[in-house]
Amino acid sequence: MKTSDFDPASFQVFNKQIQRATLFILVVFGVLILRLWFLQIVNGPVYRSKSEHNRIRLQDISPSRGIIFDRRGEVLVDNRPSYNLYIIPEEVQDQGRLLESLSRLIVLDPGPTGELLDKASRGLPFKPVCVKRDISRNELAIIETHRFNLPGVLIAVKQQRRYISGYLASHLLGYLGEITEQQLKTGEYPDNKSGDLVGKSGVEWKWQAVLNGKRGGAQVEVDAAGRTIQVISRKPPVSGSDISLTIDRSLQALAEKALHGKRGAIVAMDPQNGEILALASSPPYDPNLFVGGIDKTNWDRIVSSEDFVLQNRALTGQYPPGSVFKIVVALAGLQEGVIDPGEELYCNGIYALGRSKYRCWKKYGHGKVGFHKALVESCDIYFYKMGMRLGVDRIGAYAKKFGLGVKTGIDVGREKGGLIPTREWKLKKWGVPWQAGETVSLSIGQSFILVTPLQMARMISAVFSGGSVHRPQLTKKIGKTPADKVHGSSLEGKGRLEIKQEYLELVKKALVGVVNEPHGTGSKARVKNITVAGKTGTAQVVALKKGKGKQDPEEVPFKFRDHAWFLAVAPAENPKIAIAVLVEHGGHGGSAAAPIAKEIIEAYLREPG
Amino acid sequence: MFDRRLIQNFDWVLLLLLLIVAAISILNLYSATYATHNEFGFQVFVKQIYWFLIGFILFFLMTTFNYYALERLAYPIYFFSIGLLVLVLIVGKTASGSQRWLNLGPVSFQASELAKIAILLVLAKFFSEKGWHQEYRLRDLWQPFLLISIPTALILKEPDLGTALLLVVVSFSIILLVKVKWKSLAILVVSTLSVAPFIWSGLKEYQRLRVLTFLRPEMDPLGAGYHINQSKIAIGSGLFWGKGFLKGTQTRLHFLPEQHTDFAFSVLAEEWGFMGSVILLLLYLFLVLWGLKIAMNSKDKFGSLLAVGIVAIIFWQVVINVGMVTGLLPVVGNPLVLFSYGGSSLISTMAATGLLMNISMRRFMFQ
Repeated sequence: MKTSDFDPASFQVFNKQIQRATLFILVVFGVLILRLWFLQIVNGPVYRSKSEHNRIRLQDISPSRGIIFDRRGEVLVDNRPSYNLYIIPEEVQDQGRLLESLSRLIVLDPGPTGELLDKASRGLPFKPVCVKRDISRNELAIIETHRFNLPGVLIAVKQQRRYISGYLASHLLGYLGEITEQQLKTGEYPDNKSGDLVGKSGVEWKWQAVLNGKRGGAQVEVDAAGRTIQVISRKPPVSGSDISLTIDRSLQALAEKALHGKRGAIVAMDPQNGEILALASSPPYDPNLFVGGIDKTNWDRIVSSEDFVLQNRALTGQYPPGSVFKIVVALAGLQEGVIDPGEELYCNGIYALGRSKYRCWKKYGHGKVGFHKALVESCDIYFYKMGMRLGVDRIGAYAKKFGLGVKTGIDVGREKGGLIPTREWKLKKWGVPWQAGETVSLSIGQSFILVTPLQMARMISAVFSGGSVHRPQLTKKIGKTPADKVHGSSLEGKGRLEIKQEYLELVKKALVGVVNEPHGTGSKARVKNITVAGKTGTAQVVALKKGKGKQDPEEVPFKFRDHAWFLAVAPAENPKIAIAVLVEHGGHGGSAAAPIAKEIIEAYLREPG
Repeated sequence: MFDRRLIQNFDWVLLLLLLIVAAISILNLYSATYATHNEFGFQVFVKQIYWFLIGFILFFLMTTFNYYALERLAYPIYFFSIGLLVLVLIVGKTASGSQRWLNLGPVSFQASELAKIAILLVLAKFFSEKGWHQEYRLRDLWQPFLLISIPTALILKEPDLGTALLLVVVSFSIILLVKVKWKSLAILVVSTLSVAPFIWSGLKEYQRLRVLTFLRPEMDPLGAGYHINQSKIAIGSGLFWGKGFLKGTQTRLHFLPEQHTDFAFSVLAEEWGFMGSVILLLLYLFLVLWGLKIAMNSKDKFGSLLAVGIVAIIFWQVVINVGMVTGLLPVVGNPLVLFSYGGSSLISTMAATGLLMNISMRRFMFQ
């Protein structure tokens, strides 16, 4: 049985309410119909003519991209006005003819441009399609003169990115390129749409969201030539935030000059906090080439070059460290107690392991060698023996503590991790157990080990900053906010070396000796009145035949020549700058890399303030 | 045993009205997507035919049982729909910033559509049990308020402002119809108005901005403001007779945004003019008044109230959408019921009108 049948009283109330509702409904519908009458009959003719020449358009107002400064507030990248040529496909009567007449006036390839227009015509109505960016003043004048014979052609001023010193810090700053379909789909570019230029590498890529700003726009009424008659409403764009980097423009320029004509990388860092003062990779490129969309010849030249121009060697170049790795082995040996600082080993130039013989770089040996002398003169035999006492896995563990073989976590740029070999790794990767001879090579930074120049700079910084391993940092300020506020605490010391201070002091003293003592290998980095500490390295590119010793560099073909390393810190008492220099196939670290470090130290520390 | 009177009482007018609106809708969708050269346009138009077919099947299914059954099932259906709404917030598919869709294999479904019907059922049940013996005071209404606010809050969370608003408007239409004391009503209005400033100051900046653009599209000159401008041009330029089928320039040149969904009415108004748009509005008016007649003819309170609720849903959706595209009301983004492209809304509306038919068919039956 159902309980909800109407009783007469309820039914009466209900009926009355339904009548009221009916009245209400009739009134509302009446209002809607009146509204239609007003739109379609009273104002209809006005709307009809508006629809016939629908000239209400949405125009983009691009935000201006944030400016990039160096640590002293010098401008590295800014924007300049550029004139871009647009075509509105809907307003072109004969596309073929228009493109033909355009190509007679200015340099323009009708084929690809036509394809571009066909593709774009499926988008929003009357959206201008950019067919040529940054036309010259000359072209601008020609187009303006012929304007009335070119219906549907439009010129608009846009801001164009300008890399003030061209090649300077190109790898670090990065370049811009047109946003790809995939990038748009990821949803990581909420403020961009197709046709926009976005950062493709370096700072431009990393801080894209910050630099970009927010697009504005306007609803405007335009005339037949596409020119704005009236702005109906407008939403102003929001400029992107500026970025200040930790690098020092003049130091960066000096580092790049020092590498000119060579392949290599330089990293200069403040050892106290990990701020990068200069980060150079050679050869560089000119990011300005990419700004207007790079042309094919330039792109081919850049990509096909054997120099791998686009590669940032400081972050992604992986090299064997050679003798600079002895710093790590030395500290590991002391901390693990496998060697006493006073203990002397004998170097006769040859170390025999089974039937293999491993040589010292000094043919007839160093004679009796203690800890200090071993580092200062870079005696290989001493470190072979020490490495054998430590074993591969302990060496690897210490290397990892120094941040080698792992990404440094630098805030800008894609980097590579390098490689620290272990027994486990060898077996897994090669299916062969670790050989004792490989430990011998590893103790002087050879065999499978690979590091990046950035890791090396951080390693030497850790030794001289009392053992803190910092996360390298390139961004100083975002807008007005210090970058560490943005990053949170991740910029704090990433790790600490668990090594006794007295051992660190011993190594530091030895590294001062490398540069300043008579037999030191790094004497070319000596600077008057400043105590420079450093370590040379000469990394073999191909494993030389065992027992054959080293050859005269001039006899070896270029691509088989050794890489030259030099790590330096100055002043040793109160470290202000740590440097890693790598010159690919440069030969000896002491002769090819040390003078570069010297030049940078001189410039940085001699500079007033 | 099958009752012959069911066939005798079959409501041909209701069916005919639905069929006419469906036909116009498909014709209009064909035009709205005609300019889209690719396959997509064609798909939309064919897909909508399928949706209508499924809709009509559901419509007839909804007439096969006695709607009294729903009175018992009201709460289970209500809680089931709440469960779905919660599920949507957890595993729902996100489209353009809000999470509204449940994936059911190949098709996805908007859970809020079921919630619309569920709310009607529980409200009809609640008020049919209470009856009309006295005018309601606020304290009598705490239960319906609770029933309304739970699904509304969940839908707001998605966020789907338009549907949430529709739920509130429809529910209050029902409450007003069962009659509330004038004094209570006044208290309700005054207290809402006095709380509003506090809510406003509690909102975050971006939330305020969203509400403001909703109320005043001109504040968003590149989005809603532009859409409304173009929609008004489209409608107005139709004049009395319209530009003719497939001849709407606003539609052809894609000046109209969402021309197959939210702005489908503008396409009709451009191509068929004042004549066409008024005819469609009169069809809706007829449908709504016919629904009220069904409500009056029903012999039980549950059926009457359910019918009123279904009518309210159709009525308010028409008003909100047509009001929006003609620039009278804020831009909510609700489609035109039975007319715009979209499966979920169409299916649920067809099911609801099926219930209306169910009530109509059983108007002379006594148990």
